[in-house]
This record gives sequence, C-alpha cells and structure tokens, in this order.
Amino acid sequence: MLVASLLVASFLIFAALYLSPGNPAASLSGGRPLPPGSIRILDARYHLNEPFFAQYWYWLDNVLHGNLGISIAVRENVSTLIASRIWTTAGLVLYASLIIVVLGVGLGVVSGLRPGRLDTTTLVVTAVSAAVPAFIAAIVLILLFAVKLRWFPALGNGTDFLSNVRHFTLPAVALAAASLAIVARVTRASIREEGDREHVQTAVSRGIPARYVIRRHILRNAAIPITTISGITIASLIAVAAVVEVAFSLNGLGAYLVQSAENKDLAVVQGISLVLVTAFVVVNLLVDVLYAVLDPRVVLGSRAQ
Amino acid sequence: MSAAVPLSGAISRRSRAWAVLRATGPAGITSAVIIAAAIFLAMFGPLLAPYPPNLPNLSLAWVGPVGSHLLGYDFEGRDVLSRLLAGAQTAMLGPLAVVLVSMTAGTLLAVIAAWRRGASDVVISSGLDILFAFPGILLAVLAAAVFGAGLLAAAIALSIAYLPYVARVLRGAALRERSQPYVAALEVQGASARSICLRHLIPNIAPLVVAQATILFGYAMVDLAAVSFLGLGVQPPTANWGVMISENQTGILQGYPLPALAAGVCIVVVVIAVNVLGERLFEQAQAARG
Repeated sequence: MLVASLLVASFLIFAALYLSPGNPAASLSGGRPLPPGSIRILDARYHLNEPFFAQYWYWLDNVLHGNLGISIAVRENVSTLIASRIWTTAGLVLYASLIIVVLGVGLGVVSGLRPGRLDTTTLVVTAVSAAVPAFIAAIVLILLFAVKLRWFPALGNGTDFLSNVRHFTLPAVALAAASLAIVARVTRASIREEGDREHVQTAVSRGIPARYVIRRHILRNAAIPITTISGITIASLIAVAAVVEVAFSLNGLGAYLVQSAENKDLAVVQGISLVLVTAFVVVNLLVDVLYAVLDPRVVLGSRAQ
Repeated sequence: MSAAVPLSGAISRRSRAWAVLRATGPAGITSAVIIAAAIFLAMFGPLLAPYPPNLPNLSLAWVGPVGSHLLGYDFEGRDVLSRLLAGAQTAMLGPLAVVLVSMTAGTLLAVIAAWRRGASDVVISSGLDILFAFPGILLAVLAAAVFGAGLLAAAIALSIAYLPYVARVLRGAALRERSQPYVAALEVQGASARSICLRHLIPNIAPLVVAQATILFGYAMVDLAAVSFLGLGVQPPTANWGVMISENQTGILQGYPLPALAAGVCIVVVVIAVNVLGERLFEQAQAARG
C-alpha cells in the first residue's frame, strides 16, 4: 500500500509538471533562441523527445538512485539543494511535534482528569488557538516575543545547535499552536470519556489507587484516539511548515518549494514535493504501526475502517 | 444558510433551518450572525469601502489611525479599513467555491461508492486513499507551479485535496443509510437507484453534509489565506486578507503592526465562528442519528 501510493503520487507529481505549459528546452536556455544542434543535444540529454511514459520511467529510475535532476535556476543537483535544507524543515517539524505531544497531550490529560478552572480556561484558550492559522500565529509571536520582549530572534536560521534552538522556538510554536489546541481538546474529551466508563467506576469503587486506575484503565484506553489525532496533526505540519518558513525567513524545504514554484523551477518543485509526500505517507504509516503496538486487537496489514 | 434553501416548500424548510440554528445555542447563533456579517461584507464590502482600496499614496505609508481612517494606512499608504472591506470578497468567495466543489464531488463519490459497493467502491476508495497523500497546501503550491499563481488554481487544488476527507465521512454515513430498511422497501417498490439516492438517501445525510461543509469552510479559508500569504494565491494589489498580512509583514518588525494584525483578526474571527457553528451542527447531526 505504501509503495503503491508513493508510486501513484510520484506519477501524479511528474505528470502535473510534465503537462505544465512551457517548453523545457526554452526554459533550460533561459528563453534565448538556441541553434538546432544544441536543441538536439538537450533533447537527447533530457530525453525530451521520448514518449511520456518513457520520460516518467527515466525520471523514476533517476529518483530511485537519488538523482532528482538539475535546478534550472541555479544549475545544481536538486538532491544537493534539498539535502542542504532538509534539516531546517525536519528540525522545525520535530520541535513542533515535541511541543504538541508534551504540551498538547499533557494539557489535555490534566484538564481531562480535573474539571475546574484550569479545565475551563483550557477549553476557551484552545477553542481560539485552534482557529489561528500558523502564519497569523507567526506574526503575533514575532510582535510579542521578538519585537516587544526581545526574547527570541525574529528571522532566519541559527549558526550552531543552541542558537538554532533559539531561532526555531518561535517558528515551532507558531507551527504547533493550532495543532496543540486540537490535540489538547481531543485528549481531554477521550480522557473524560474513558473516565466515565463503567469499568473505571468499578475500579474506583473497589478502592484501587487513583494513580493505578488512571494509568492502566484511563490512559491506556485513551491512547488510541490521542495517537490518531497527534499523528494526523503532526503529519499535516509537514506541509504547513512551508508557511512558517516563509513567515520567519527560514531556509527550509517549504520556503524553497514556494520560491521554486514562483520561478517555475520544475525539477526542484518535483523533488521537494516528492520528499514531502514521502514524509507525509511515512508518518501516517508510523501511526498505523503505533496502533498495533498500543492495541493488541489491531492486526497490521488489515485496513483500518 | 437560508440562501441555500430552494424556493419550493420554502416556508417549512426555512422554519426547519431556524429550528436547527436555534438548537445550536447562543454560541451557535452568535457564530451564525458573524458568518452572515462576513457574507454581507463579501457581497457589498467593495461598495462600503470609504476610500479606494487600491490607491497608493507613499507619503502616507504606515501612518496610524487618523480621523475617518479608523485603522490608518498600510505600507503603500492605502486605507486599511477600505482594504479590509474590499478584501472580504476574495477571502470569502474562494473558500465558498472550494466548499461547493469539494462537497458536491465528495457527496457524489461517497453515495456512488456506498450504493454500488464492490468494484466501484474499491476504485473510489483507493483513489481517495492515494489523494490522501497530498496535503492541501502542497497541492496548491504544485498547482501554482503548473498553472501559475492565482486564486483559481489554488481553489481547484484545495477542492481536490479535501475530497478524501469529505468522501470518507460521507461514505460511512451513506453506507449506514444504504442498509436501512426503507431503502430496501423502496427498491422492492421499483424505485430507481437515482431517485432513491436523490430523494431519500442524500436528504437523510444532509445534516452531516451541511455540518461538514461548515467545518470545511474554516479549513479552506485558512489554507487559501495561507496560499495568498505565500504569494501564490490572490495577487497584489488586489485586496485580500491573506495578501494584506504578507504585504504588511515588514510593519511588524518596524513597529507598525496594525495593518497586518487587522487582517489576521478578520480571518481568525470568521474561522472561530465557522468552527463553533460547524462543531455544533456536527454534534446535532450525530445526535439525530442516535
């Protein structure tokens, strides 16, 4: 399933850009008219005269060997260009995922277990923050923590690990904000639901220590919906990272994808799209594997309905 | 809401729509009022704008609120309030188009898959599974790379990207409906598949469709604004809330945050209203199902 869906996805990415208007030889030359000899050389080198499926096959073969083609704008290997930017995006998404899992699940568990003022506050705050898109969160965070308070830098990457953590904090929070709220709300709801179940009430009335009931009976059962929503939201960050990278002028894959889309640097667009789609599919697969670990009733390979 | 009600049997349907809305409680009604106001702005915003929204005057760049210019001027010295009013149009119409296309196609695919089952269901479901691998924003950026930046390309891309999410939920509902005794009874009476689907099955899942459409509107609004923020959607100088944030972003660093923040607040308020109403409608649809 994974391979099939990646294969079809790669085909769609290739086909979409193949069909895009414009002559590849003309864009290679930067629009200058070329002598017929050069056109013939270019056609041969990039297989431009061969049928569509043959071109797809050459492209796929190259991709599988790690060769994503050459950027028309800067005349470098797309793989090299991607490799130099992938850690910014990966770091950003990982940092944001960490925030979501620790704070989102933590907040949801605490407010789910203890109705009261904290719970009400969480509900209201998360209702608002779930509706704040990443790029609006970005400008608000820059305004508050970079311009007014001067705690964090507003733009750009850092130089070493520690300065990168400082540079990535605001972007990661902006990226995490909406998902954190959604994860917290779903966690809270599923903790409540499990807490009201009869076997939990029975366990409590039998005098089993609360700590044990929470761990064995509430958290264990609530883990499935919590994993689902965390997985879905974290996977969605991979695409949204582009917006955050642009807002904070980070040198990542998403920002580069947007720039290449504007410049019609199609090899780069294909390469980055392929990387992002693969990452998205793999994260979703990991979530499915996690289900099987958490819930012995789930058998791997059967399709979740 | 009431705009979607066809004229035939208008009174009973309209009163039913009111009943549904009233049942969403004060939060739902407040949200509906905000949404109605936003729709009103989308229709008449450009006419209400007190100053020309696209007329730059660089000597007034970043000037704060003065007199009748309640929100001051933007980076090119254009009236921010006028641009907000005019910008409602693309900010609302884009998501509306996405929701219409996505919900229509999604409902059709879901009903066909649920009705025919077998091979049609397998083809539709696996097609949607593959589409699921493309996050909305990524598809919109790809569309911009292929067709050039613009609202239309982004809206089409998002309509396609949301299909799997829409169709999955509705397919489940349609499958449940398909196994109801009334469907079998109608089939025995010789009613055609088309008439059963159009006159009975789809109306029965309509509350879920409306709830999903509302929630989807929120997603579409955020994603389209994000694409415009990236410079691949609505193109400047056209006023649009997403565009206004990106073009006035430098103001945040230079100490003139109002133009960007004002546009951000507009987006967030509408999205919150849509989410709250959508959630309530969803709960109602689920509760009615029992």
